[in-house]
Amino acid sequence: MGNEPDKIAPVEPAPVETATIEPGSVDMVAYRARQKARNRAMGLVLGALVVLFFAITIVKLGIQASHPR
Amino acid sequence: MDLASTPVRMPADWRDFFALTKPRVMTLVIFTGLCGLLAAPGEIHPVLAFTAILCIAVGAGGAAALNQWWEADIDAGMKRTQRRPLPAGRMERESARDFGFALAGGSVMVMGLAIGWLAAAILAVSIFYYAWIYTVWLKPRTPQNIVIGGGAGAFPPLIGWVAVTGHITWMPVVLFLIIFFWTPPHFWALALFVQTDYAKVGIPMLPVVAGEKATRRQILLYTLLLVPLSLVPFGIGGAGMVYGAAAALLGLGFLALALRVGLRHSAENDRMKPERQLFAFSIIYLFALFAALVVDRLAGMEGWL
Repeated sequence: MGNEPDKIAPVEPAPVETATIEPGSVDMVAYRARQKARNRAMGLVLGALVVLFFAITIVKLGIQASHPR
Repeated sequence: MDLASTPVRMPADWRDFFALTKPRVMTLVIFTGLCGLLAAPGEIHPVLAFTAILCIAVGAGGAAALNQWWEADIDAGMKRTQRRPLPAGRMERESARDFGFALAGGSVMVMGLAIGWLAAAILAVSIFYYAWIYTVWLKPRTPQNIVIGGGAGAFPPLIGWVAVTGHITWMPVVLFLIIFFWTPPHFWALALFVQTDYAKVGIPMLPVVAGEKATRRQILLYTLLLVPLSLVPFGIGGAGMVYGAAAALLGLGFLALALRVGLRHSAENDRMKPERQLFAFSIIYLFALFAALVVDRLAGMEGWL
């Protein structure tokens, strides 16, 4: 193999986004909107998982019933 | 309650959590996993097939999130990855870590309970392989990181196949090997035209460590291994004429482009067009090869040929 490249120290990631929360502030509105969007996404995912697990159960019960041990 | 005017951390957007899973890579994972599942002999209920593919995708997403968690500092130093959620400050590192572990653990559990524990075990191995063996151990240490780490992307068709059959035979292993040997020319073609980015952060990619000439030779060498390997499914009777013809034609195209890359030298201000073309074709190659496998299976089942 060739020479090792001169290693440059990795760059620090940008600091995490913050908001100053005061009732009625623009930041507060953005904060709430972000929370709401996340909750909606989480709700959809959990709902879809419920449906999927139910469907898997029905299918596997059907397979067991048609191939009894 | 009087809320103090002190800065609080903005919750990360759900889109950034999604971005952690590397959706574009996941497309290839889903596709090759689906092809492995469809090409496997035997039957699987559509709901269980969907579940298997979902688990493969979510597992891959979890591994990708863990990769981004571990490499946030490195990503911050590379143009290509600076805008990812962690380097850009849109998410806390701990959130990414926990998200990655949750996806990884959840996908393995659901795969085991719904499909089978062999498929779940292989999925677990593939996640560990990518998140630890490649990301933490190999990538910062050796320019062969891509060769060995490429194995992680080779697991999906094997998992899809095992999800249907419940056991491992030569055919899914050959599919694994095809992707394994496809990965180096695919990634090294990319590395040839983004090598400065990797050099800046000290990642030992082959063009930086061993030079362009050695990289071009290796691209050619792996292509010369890949093309005959891609014909093995036809040779062992695991696939028919449709696949055989497609593999031969695609292989010739890959070889032609790899020869062009392998035998040239880049000049000052080179636009690296052959390298970009090889990289782009390598993606089409894999999609088309695995699609041909499925079409071949369908043709056999329906008696088209």
